Formats: sequence, C-alpha cells, structure tokens
Amino acid sequence: MAPSATSATSATFRVWRGDAERGEFRDYTTDVSEGMVVLDAVHSIQAGQANDLAVRWNCKAGKCGSCSAEVNGNPRLMCMTRLNQLDLSKPVTIEPMRAFPLIRDLVTDVSWNFQAKQGIRKFKPRPADSPDGTWRMAQVDVERVQEFRKCIECFLCQDVCHVLRDHQMFDAFVGPRHLVYAAALEMNPLDTHNRTRALKQDRGIGYCNITKCCTKVCPEGITITDNAIIPLKERVIDQLYDPIAKVFRALRGGRHV
Amino acid sequence: MPEYQTHEHDVLVVGAGGAGLRAAIEAAAGGVSVGLVCKSLLGKAHTVMAEGGIAAALANVDDRDTWKVHFSDTMRGGQYVNNWRMAELHAKESPDRVRELEAWGAMFDRTKDGKILQRNFGGHRYPRLAHVGDRTGLELIRTLQDHVIHQGVDVHMECTILSLLKDGDRVVGAFGYERERGRFKVFKAKAVVLATGGIGRAYKITSNSWEYTGDGHTLAYDAGADLIDMEFVQFHPTGMIWPPSVRGILVTEAVRGEGGVLKNSEGRRFMFDDIPENYRAQTADTEEEGWRYTQGDKAARRPPELLTRDHVSRCIMREVKAGRGSPHGGVFLDIAWIKSRIANGAEHIKKKLPSMYHQFKQLADLDITEEPMEVGPTTHYIMGGVRVDADTQMSNVPGLFAAGECAAGINGANRLGGNSLSDIIVFGKRAGEFAAAYAKTVRRADPNPQQIEIVAHRALEPFERGTAGEGPYQVQDALQAMMQDLVGIVRNEPEMRQALDGLQALRARAGRVGVGGHREYNPGWHAALDLPNLLTVSEAITRCAIERKESRGGHFRDDYPDKEKSYATFNFIVRKGGDGAMEVARAAIPEMPAELKQIIEEMK
Repeated sequence: MAPSATSATSATFRVWRGDAERGEFRDYTTDVSEGMVVLDAVHSIQAGQANDLAVRWNCKAGKCGSCSAEVNGNPRLMCMTRLNQLDLSKPVTIEPMRAFPLIRDLVTDVSWNFQAKQGIRKFKPRPADSPDGTWRMAQVDVERVQEFRKCIECFLCQDVCHVLRDHQMFDAFVGPRHLVYAAALEMNPLDTHNRTRALKQDRGIGYCNITKCCTKVCPEGITITDNAIIPLKERVIDQLYDPIAKVFRALRGGRHV
Repeated sequence: MPEYQTHEHDVLVVGAGGAGLRAAIEAAAGGVSVGLVCKSLLGKAHTVMAEGGIAAALANVDDRDTWKVHFSDTMRGGQYVNNWRMAELHAKESPDRVRELEAWGAMFDRTKDGKILQRNFGGHRYPRLAHVGDRTGLELIRTLQDHVIHQGVDVHMECTILSLLKDGDRVVGAFGYERERGRFKVFKAKAVVLATGGIGRAYKITSNSWEYTGDGHTLAYDAGADLIDMEFVQFHPTGMIWPPSVRGILVTEAVRGEGGVLKNSEGRRFMFDDIPENYRAQTADTEEEGWRYTQGDKAARRPPELLTRDHVSRCIMREVKAGRGSPHGGVFLDIAWIKSRIANGAEHIKKKLPSMYHQFKQLADLDITEEPMEVGPTTHYIMGGVRVDADTQMSNVPGLFAAGECAAGINGANRLGGNSLSDIIVFGKRAGEFAAAYAKTVRRADPNPQQIEIVAHRALEPFERGTAGEGPYQVQDALQAMMQDLVGIVRNEPEMRQALDGLQALRARAGRVGVGGHREYNPGWHAALDLPNLLTVSEAITRCAIERKESRGGHFRDDYPDKEKSYATFNFIVRKGGDGAMEVARAAIPEMPAELKQIIEEMK
C-alpha cells in the first residue's frame, strides 16, 4: 500500500507553472502532516518556495468553489482533497482546469461562465399568495430546487464537459452549471417564465449527450444529469416536439413557448 | 507617472459580499451608475460561509416575536453599548429584507403551513433565523448575485482597492489594482460605499479567508474617517480544531440550535455551571428543559449552550485551562446524542446540518451522527468598524459610506448569531440608497494626481526589493501569531503593551518586504499589499482594548474581569491624528429615547 500522509513527512508536488503562452510542470517538495489537503501543500509551497505561485482560494471549506484544479488528472476542489487519499510515493500533479483559458499557474479565466449566466432569463415570481406579500410553498417542492441551489459555482462540471472541454463550443452551449441554474428556475414553484425554447435554441441543451461526467465530479453531489438536465430535455421534447401536446395546447390556449 | 485605467461611476461599491451586493442593487435602483469591486470572483465573498441563518422577527414559528423583542435581544447581546438607532432600524426592517430575498428567488426552508421556517440561535429569545439547512449564506449571496447581474451594474472582479481618493474633504474615488494583469485602476465616483467585511486574518486561528485583512477599515481610517468599537472582536466558540490544517474553520451555531450539547472530558455539560445574571431568567434550569426548547416547546427556556458567543467561548477556554479539554485542546460538541431522543436521528442530523456532516466527514474522517466533534474558539467577526450615521450609513467623511461588517454600531460589544446576515441586507440597502441620493447632489471632481502617484509608487516598492527583502507571508504569520497570543480572547495590559511594541517592529519589517516575479496574478505581491491594512486594524484593536479597562462582550481582560458601569456610557473611537499617529478618543453614547428604554425594561 502507498504511504499515507500520516506516515510521510514530505511529499513532492508537480505543479503547473506558466501563462497562456508557455508553461511547464515544476516539482516542489514540502513537508506534509496529518489531515493536510492539497491546498495546504500549495500554500506551503507558496509561502516557502514560490511566493508568486498563482492560485485562487477563499473559504478552504468546500463552500465557495474557488480552488478548482486537476489533481492527478481528476477535477477536484483542492481544499477538499485530502493528501491521505493520494499516493504520495510519487509526485502529485496539480494543474489548472484545462477547459478554460489559462491566466497563470493554477488560475484560469472563468469569466465566460458569468456571461453565460447573464443570458438566462432571471427569476420572475407569480403574484404573492398573501396580502402581506409572501408566498406559501411546500417543503417538498422547495427541496427539489434546493438540490440545484447547493451549487457553489466551482465550474468543475464545465471543466469536464466534452462539449466545452474537447469541442470548445462556448458560443453554442451553456454547459452543465447553467443547465442546473436553469433547472432551479424552471422548477421553482413561484417562477413564471418559460425558458424551454431558449434552452434549445440559444443555450444548446441538445448538445448534452448525457455522459454524466459532470455529475461524477460535482463536489456538492448534485445529480446534475438525472435531476436537472434530463427533466429539462424532457420539457423541450414535450413542449417543442410532441405533436399531440401541441394540439392540446392550441385547443386549451396554453402558454406559448 | 504610473499607468492606469480610469473608470467612472456615480457610486462605487467596494466589496461584493451581501452588504456590497445589496448596496449595489439599491444604488442602481436609485437611477445612478454603479461600479462594484470584488476582491475575488463574484459570489465567493465570505457571506458564502454564513451557515445558520438570517435573524428577522417574522414570527412564523412563534407568534410572540416582534421587532421589539429582536431589538432588546440585540441590545442585551451587545451589552448596551450598541448604536440603539441602528439596532432599532435593523429589527424593524429585517423582515422586509428577508421577504424581498424570496421575491428575488431565495428558497428558504418551510414551516408546515408553507411559510419561511425559523430556527433557534444563541441570544435570540424566539426561533428567529430564516435558513436553508446550514448553507444560508450561499443562498443569500447567490440570490443577490443573480439579481445584481441584471441591474446594469459594472462588476470589476478580482480587483483590490489600495486607497480612497479625495478632493479636499470629500471622497471622489478610489485607486487599486486588478489581479489578473496587475494593472492599476482609478475609479472616479461621487460616492463610495465600503463593504469589505472583516479583519480575521489578523489572527492565527480564524474562520476568515485570505481576503479579510481590514481593507475597508484601513481605507476609511486613512481617509480621515473615525473607527469605533475596535476592541470588540468576536471569537466564535465552535471552530474545528483537528486536524491542524482545518483549525479555525467554522462549526455553525445551528448544531447547538438543533440540540447539540457541549461537554468536557468528564462528560459534564459545563455550560450549566456559569450562567450570567442578565440571562438567568431566560435560561433552562435542567438539561431536559433545554432539550424541550430546541424541539419547539414554547414553555421551555433555552439551554445554556445557546448563550451569547462571547460567554460560550470563555467557558470553553476555562474548561481547557482547567485540564478538562478534549485531546486536541478544545471541548466536545455532541449532536449524535439526539438519536436517543428522535426517530431517524442520523437522517435528521444529515438533513438539518448537511454541510457540517460533509465538512467533518471529508476533512476530519468523523461522522457527526456517530461521534462528538472537537471544537474550540476561532476569530470570527469584528463588531468594530467605520463609525456611520445610523440612518444613512455615511461616515464623517463626506461621500464615504460603509455597511456590513466593516461598519460598526449595531452589534455593540458582541454580535448575536444571525444578526450579520440581516445587518448586511438592512444596512447594505440603506447605504446604497443614501449613496445614490448623495451622488445626485454633488458634482464629479477629479482626484488629486499626486496622491495617485504616491500610492502607485508605494505599491510597486516590494518589486524593487525583490526576493532579497522580507517574505510577505513570514511577516503576516508573525503578526497573526502575536495577535493571537497577546490580544486574543483573554487580554491584559502588559501583554497588550508588548503587542504595541511588536506592531512597531512588524511595521518596520513590512516596510522591507520584497517579492519576486512580475505583476500578473502574483499572490506574494498581493499579500505584501495587504500587510499595512492588517497592521492598522491590529493597532486599532490593541489600543482600544488597552483603554477599555473592564470586560464586556467580546472584550475580556483578566486584569479587569468585571463589567464597569462607567464604561457603558461611551464608545472608543480611533482616528488618524495630524502627525499620522493613531489617536484614541471617547464618544458619548446618545441618550436613548424613552420608548426604546421602555421596550428594554419590558423585555428584561
């Protein structure tokens, strides 16, 4: 068995250093102790050997989604990856998310994600249920949406999505994060907008071929594909392709989508 | 002349946690152009870490709750040195601010009849905290973030402000750098709202991230604003203590609100051993009564675990010092025991405290549904900050506003849990509203180019010294260790005098800090630029703490362990003197109106 972090006193980290033009892996050896996570090792390298090693982080508790990186090739939050889960007998590679343009070292340009979100119509509630301006909702309906609202916007799901990572279709597809965002809006019992046509035409939901890579890497355990994307795809089919439903809607004078 | 990009906004909001986002939304609604500067990416600010909930007297769970009860709870928690007008506005307006969040898409947990659910928390008489499991802060910041992006606000991400720019007495902009390329930026603005959060990074053990270096406090101080109540730092009683790398990470008070109990190594619920006089009438006599309170029995009183944070922290320290601590120097926080009281206890815990369950499982290999957690105090919050007008949130510097943790007044000597999320939305809104109104009344003025040149030059000095200079992280570590040891939870005069000397030495070291590499996304450089702020707030904390020769709220001195009546009538303020040295002065607390006095009397 590989030595664990509790028994080892030092370990080597092979960290990507460089910018958009050029870069390389560089090895740093640093002390490790019980309970350390990958981000601790990066901080230790930064403090002692490479003051200018670029890394994003904030909460160090898996709540803000800033320290996304690829650790031994796996998309992870560095703050939630314990060293005792890794084989420290050989160098641990730490590299930036590869789907996004590199700024420097472990920091990537994720600004596209913020633009993509802006393109999705915002929440618009139905009129209040009570004269005091409040609504009534059942806990069970709230919980369905709360799963999606757990998202910490670490963008690891975007990083592993083939459509974005391999095909770089940022103009055509919003990616799993924003389909989760759209699902939270669409399934919110108070919301009155219909985003189905936009999801198909502008947000490219059809490009998702349900390989579930996003679900596997979600640090919040959101069942992205099954609970968010597939139900949205079903809405697209029901509302835009189902001829019988179309006739029914026409007869009932239902919502135009 | 240094190169810089120029941006123009009517209102510039510095900081994009809850207070900054709420201020930006309100300022934009006021019909002015708004710029929003975030030190990190949008949506990553410390608000995201808030767990337990938002305090607001919605009275959804207990109809006895009103703004008056919330007001008197806040004043009692703050040991009556709060700005009573802020406490009044906060208690009156927080219900509307919470309902507004729901109109913007927030999804709070529900009561059986479909209203917003509220939970118990320390120092709050009734269940008052609207919440989403134990990730309320994420819900709040995401709701505000998703709203603000449609309000026409210009967002400047990963940008740090180094100095406010003035024209005569008034603030007319700010100067800073963006992290990505390291370029300087000048923001011209008619009004600036500071919403930069806290100072936790001045201490070694803290729940705060790297961002919380007292930026807003220092920007305001350097611009001539008064700071107030700086001696009052909140040490949250329950931070993680093991393993070492997670030391300080917060364990929400909601664990205790849901029935979690504190025990020492002898298995004793030591919180029953010391109940302060002014809380005795509201505190349970027996463990059984405390349990019934957490389960919603309106006839029961709260368990002593839900006393205010300052008191719980000190009780934990007492147990540890007396040799009754846990193996790694804390005490035990046990939620697993509730399985003996409720069916499906393990599932209930996972549902009510999902992030705590995962945090301990992943970071400490501990299942909180099976074993007790080890916890100890962690630097969490500063009650002190920019002295502001209660209604408008403007400081004594024209055009400079502050809201949220970097402003002061509402919390007095100790903040109640849940009152910060309500503080940031109540006063964030007010700051945005009044900053926009102010901006409409003044003309744009150009900042002084000489000031820009001085700040820009100073910012680049660490590169001139290069790696031959002092390491920025080493100076920061030394400061944190010193503040932790000498100006921490238990203070006394000799140690704090020693800290003042230490600060002088550290300031000299900070002046010799050098960094290698270049300006593009260089964390070493950023750490170097944060140092002067950390030193300024550390000095302010220390100087005020020396002057307050008593113990009150978050400020505890073993050389003056009792509360002194004479110290209840004023606050300490610090300001920059004419010679650049820090001055400490006293500001009398204005007389409380009769109707507020009466409320406090009635609620005793």
